[in-house]
Amino acid sequence: MKRLAWTTVAATALAAATPALATDVKLGVLNDQSGVYADLSGQGSVVAARMAVEDFDAEAKGINVEIISADHQNKPDIASNIARQWYDQDNVDVILDVPTSSTALAVADVTAEFNKIFINSGAATSDLTRANCQPTTIHWTYDTAALANGTGKAVTEAGGDTWFFLTADYAFGHALERDTTAVVEANGGEVLGSVAHPFPGTDFSSFLLQAQASGAKVIGLANAGADTVNSIKQAAEFGIVQAGQKLAGLLLFINNVHSLGAETAQGLQMTTAFYWDQNDGTREFSERFQAEVGAPPSMVQAGVYAGTLHYLKAVEAVGSNDSEAIVAKMKEMETDDALFGKGYIRKDGRVIHDMYLMEVKAPDESTGEWDLLKQVSTISGEDAFLPMEDGGCAFALAE
Amino acid sequence: MFELLGIPPQVLMGQLLIGLINGSFYAVLSLGLAVIFGLLNIINFAHGAQYMMGAFVSWMLLNYLGIGYWPALILAPLVVGAIGIVLERTMISRLYKLDHLYGLLLTFGLALIIQGLFRNYYGVSGLPYAIPPALQGGQNLGFMFLPNYRGWVIVASVIVCFGTWFMIEKTRLGSYLRAATENPELVGAFGINVPRMITLTYGFGVGLAAFAGVLAAPIYSVNPNMGADLIIVVFAVVVIGGMGSIMGAILTGFGLGIIEGLTRVFYPEGSAVVIFVIMAIVLMIKPEGLFGNTA
Repeated sequence: MKRLAWTTVAATALAAATPALATDVKLGVLNDQSGVYADLSGQGSVVAARMAVEDFDAEAKGINVEIISADHQNKPDIASNIARQWYDQDNVDVILDVPTSSTALAVADVTAEFNKIFINSGAATSDLTRANCQPTTIHWTYDTAALANGTGKAVTEAGGDTWFFLTADYAFGHALERDTTAVVEANGGEVLGSVAHPFPGTDFSSFLLQAQASGAKVIGLANAGADTVNSIKQAAEFGIVQAGQKLAGLLLFINNVHSLGAETAQGLQMTTAFYWDQNDGTREFSERFQAEVGAPPSMVQAGVYAGTLHYLKAVEAVGSNDSEAIVAKMKEMETDDALFGKGYIRKDGRVIHDMYLMEVKAPDESTGEWDLLKQVSTISGEDAFLPMEDGGCAFALAE
Repeated sequence: MFELLGIPPQVLMGQLLIGLINGSFYAVLSLGLAVIFGLLNIINFAHGAQYMMGAFVSWMLLNYLGIGYWPALILAPLVVGAIGIVLERTMISRLYKLDHLYGLLLTFGLALIIQGLFRNYYGVSGLPYAIPPALQGGQNLGFMFLPNYRGWVIVASVIVCFGTWFMIEKTRLGSYLRAATENPELVGAFGINVPRMITLTYGFGVGLAAFAGVLAAPIYSVNPNMGADLIIVVFAVVVIGGMGSIMGAILTGFGLGIIEGLTRVFYPEGSAVVIFVIMAIVLMIKPEGLFGNTA
């Protein structure tokens, strides 16, 4: 059931206007196109990559870009098979997006094996730039450490000093629990326990009751997508918040908040790298995006746009599709785009930019269907992401 | 107070009750499957999609027509059941003479198409559907807080399950149905319209799936994948109960809900597979299922 959707963009040969230095690059957007993460990545990420190619005006700069995409169904074996085929037979130069941490870790290894480039935007695990780092991996947008330093820290500092985790039982959930535990403990808090639930799940009431029985002040939801939505809905149903415990949704996307509805979600805090209504640049992009996709971009889709743009700048500067030279150039150049502002890429592949602590608006504060968040604070990139020295990325520390 | 393996009794009681609630969904869904398999010999793989349609139709009734939860509880099963009848008349009825496998493949294909269509129009993030005002809030039972809505789910499921059992096993209409599965020609010779009866039975089975979908709408996220995740478990429930056994489907539905609930306390990582482990064991020891009598 491997579905491959082929999209060709700007594949036409260049006219005589450009010299014979034209570079051909092929981008592969590999993500969840039908499952729990399809709305926050999916076709929207393909659109975002295409918008980056158009905004960069690649054709006029002598770069022929072709974009293809596929559905990895959140399964690591399917993801690594597609990646292998793309690199081996289809001459793909760079793979983009790849949500679901377990699949991202698999694709990172395949990419290193073929010495191509992997610009991840969708996956959360900070292991992509820690123990499992690869010289060919660039990790955009966010990671579990940044989420922990956002929501985890804010909730602990606000008095939530005892925690119980509901953890999605795969690479992502465990990484998020580990990174949040570190932040909670560093801020004087204590973790009383955790329960690992199957991914994806439907009914969380049983796990929520275990969390309630623990007596912790905060129930940390180390899961994502529909799992988080169901956990929050069911916690409200079982009167857990009314009984005095606080929920901390450690990873929430704008799509999840929309699905929960402002009534249920109001007051929840979340950490994000991007929100459509932050400034003129984000609004202008989001308007164009929404016209095509039907919803404003998630931070993952925004990260695909920014990553693609930065990659194309590096291709232009290098003048070929030589992976090693392009990665070196990407890490050397400052990142700068309308969605994330200025930033840079560390040796270990971690992209450093500001993160934002947001709060879901109450229904009467919201003026539109997607007017859902207000900013609480800005977290500088250096504070949000784990310092490289603490990450344990062998090749970056050896240099 | 006693403690079982370090679990306080309050927690254990709560988990048993939650298991019973989840078991209610398993029971209603596996009942529909058992009715369809028992009387039509069709393995209805579209059951999960029809459950999802039940939830979506109630969402559409509310958002497009302003019709609330209580009417939806009747209307959504009727609408989805009618769609089921159209499918049965136009496609499924052509396969009765063939091997089970063809029916399975057809309904599986239908399920993928239906889910794909909904995904295309509504995305996968899920749509909000509020709990009806009359059932908001909950009761403090001492050992846990039972939301009124969940209590209602148990009551509604038990009524529907045993009502269906009674209709099929204890009424004249039910006896026609059972006779028609044994020997359709003979029953037809008595002047009973067997094809129509079979069509209505399929519609009824589909309606049961939609009913479960309406029950699920306020507590689970209404999204196109909600049935796909559940259907495999429900098939395991039917196999454990015995294919086609009505009472078997009901009792194993509730029973396995409870076992799954307990697994979530003692070994949460295993809660997704415990039902399949039980299925494997049952198939080895009693291949016709716990309540199955046909070899």
